Amino acid sequence: MGQTLAEKVWAAHVVHAAQGEPDLLYIDLHLVHEVTSPQAFDGLRQTGRPVRRPDLTLATEDHNVPTLGIDLLIADPVSRTQVDTLRANCAEFGVRLFPMGNAEQGIVHVVGPQLGLTQPGMTIVCGDSHTSTHGAFGALAFGIGTSEVEHVLATQTLPLKPFRTMAITVEGALAPGVTAKDIILAVIAKIGTGGGQGYVLEYRGEAIRALSMEGRMTICNMSIEAGARAGMIAPDETTFGYIAGRDHAPSGALWDEAVAYWSSLVTDDDAVFDAEVVIDAAALTPFVTWGTNPGQGLPLSASVPDPEAIGDDNERINAERALEYMGLEAGTLLRDIRVDTVFLGSCTNGRIEDLRAAADILRGRHIDPNLRMLVVPGSMRVKVQAEAEGLDTIFTDAGAEWRSAGCSMCLGMNPDQLSPGERSASTSNRNFEGRQGKGGRTHLVSPLVAAATAVRGTLSSPADLEPVGALTSAGPAR
Amino acid sequence: MDAFHTHTGVGIPLRRSNVDTDQIIPAVYLKRITRTGFEDGLFAAWRSDPTFVLNQPAFSSGSVLVAGPDFGTGSSREHAVWALLDYGIRVVISSRFADIFRGNSSKGGLLAAEVTQDDVELLWKLLENEPGASVTVDLEQQTIAARSLVIGFKIDPYTRWRLLEGWDDISLTLRHADEISEFEIGRPAFAPTTR
Repeated sequence: MGQTLAEKVWAAHVVHAAQGEPDLLYIDLHLVHEVTSPQAFDGLRQTGRPVRRPDLTLATEDHNVPTLGIDLLIADPVSRTQVDTLRANCAEFGVRLFPMGNAEQGIVHVVGPQLGLTQPGMTIVCGDSHTSTHGAFGALAFGIGTSEVEHVLATQTLPLKPFRTMAITVEGALAPGVTAKDIILAVIAKIGTGGGQGYVLEYRGEAIRALSMEGRMTICNMSIEAGARAGMIAPDETTFGYIAGRDHAPSGALWDEAVAYWSSLVTDDDAVFDAEVVIDAAALTPFVTWGTNPGQGLPLSASVPDPEAIGDDNERINAERALEYMGLEAGTLLRDIRVDTVFLGSCTNGRIEDLRAAADILRGRHIDPNLRMLVVPGSMRVKVQAEAEGLDTIFTDAGAEWRSAGCSMCLGMNPDQLSPGERSASTSNRNFEGRQGKGGRTHLVSPLVAAATAVRGTLSSPADLEPVGALTSAGPAR
Repeated sequence: MDAFHTHTGVGIPLRRSNVDTDQIIPAVYLKRITRTGFEDGLFAAWRSDPTFVLNQPAFSSGSVLVAGPDFGTGSSREHAVWALLDYGIRVVISSRFADIFRGNSSKGGLLAAEVTQDDVELLWKLLENEPGASVTVDLEQQTIAARSLVIGFKIDPYTRWRLLEGWDDISLTLRHADEISEFEIGRPAFAPTTR
């Protein structure tokens, strides 16, 4: 019987296997950030262990960093301590670090791919659940806890239990205005936040093949929101084209050797998945969440669901609690939900294509004066690129704020937060209670929906907007 | 890591499903650089609610948490396990655990005991009818006992062995240091480094 992509990558990294024990897997790349690493480095110090492979380890500052005034000291003493601790640890253990202000600094899952460090067939880990992002290249990439961070630092391996495989086949072509974010929100709504548990998901099918690398990263990024261990997409010409010429990409004869190997990283025709899900791309429309987990999502054209209509007791109670927290009433059209803040950024949607897509909508338009919009590039490279293309001017002309790179409002760990009761349309990945700040209410959306929502003030897609030529100086019609 | 054989403590009925790690400990508590002292962040948002189960005197010193399905979903933060342990929780019982949380639990010495949802319901009823009732979890026998109720729980044999022995992960792996070095010699030349 043939092997799936995930099984091939796994098999190529087994250092030690024994009956009844987890396999010991070699880790090709370990990404580190300030939040989940201090205790791991501390553990090494206490046991007198070195970092085994500092040359396969890379650190960046992202979760805690402010996105304004990055040349100043971090005001919050606790955040500053974490960042300072990372700097001291990287210096002590010889780990390369991209600190705040460095041209390469950014969100860990934006930095790896843009440097060409993320390559097909690799095993990649980081103390962050959105490490699944790197699976877009055909790497087996997953989040780990701090003890595992210490384990990888000390041994460059991880003991891992086998996973099951699930094929998510997205057939057909997406309609205009429907994006990778809408695909993954629809997938999670379909299989649930626990539906991927124990599985590595492989996204396949025509709609996936047609996506750019950045779209594929958006999809793999949110695999964890379906409970999956990882998400993967088989590498192809799109993948090779993205990697070629990047800083850490192989070149010359090594490039040919690499491409020959990478090309073998596809699921064999006779391989069998443990589960399969099929999605019809043509039937997808812009998707948004209404509740407090990423599985509580619906097409933008729908209404807030009625918990009474949900048969399963747990699901119903969850929905009731979510509506109460979100301050929503059943039956309200999702398009009528007014937001206070629009956040464009994060490891899910903070890449250059995301910013371009939103800027295309905002060009010549102005955001609703009753809301604020934060545009936060995923890395300093993305920031520089966007500024070279004039996107920053489009955003600021439209009334949005243009920031420096970081995790920003994706999570309540830095100054960019929602206030209690404040409602956001956010291109990030989690709408959990308090995720964007205590009491904050989050609707997960695509960059296109974020931009259109910023213009209309209520959850909207670009199709809801008046053409730019029809605008008066008073702003768009409602 | 302390070995785990049996534990007896007050059972805490947490009637919630999908308890994600942001609920177990919000991100704001993750800024610390120490490895202890996370108990004040445990369920921080819910603890401002006086009716929350841990705010009830009968349950506040409990150590066996009984929760709904999909416990520990979301962020991979191990602080969730530390917060539970620091508070004094030694066992979490649920019908389904998120993978990363389950892995983190075994590394920290927290027992994640998987039972059926029907058994969770039985435990919830028992603990709500008799607040303060103690629960005994026996890892050798893989049983949970409370009053007259005795149920089995699932745990994979490897995790069970490790918890019983109190093995530290890195020591286990370093027994294979030679194999790691051998593997490294065979890695492809095109594999990138961060230098």
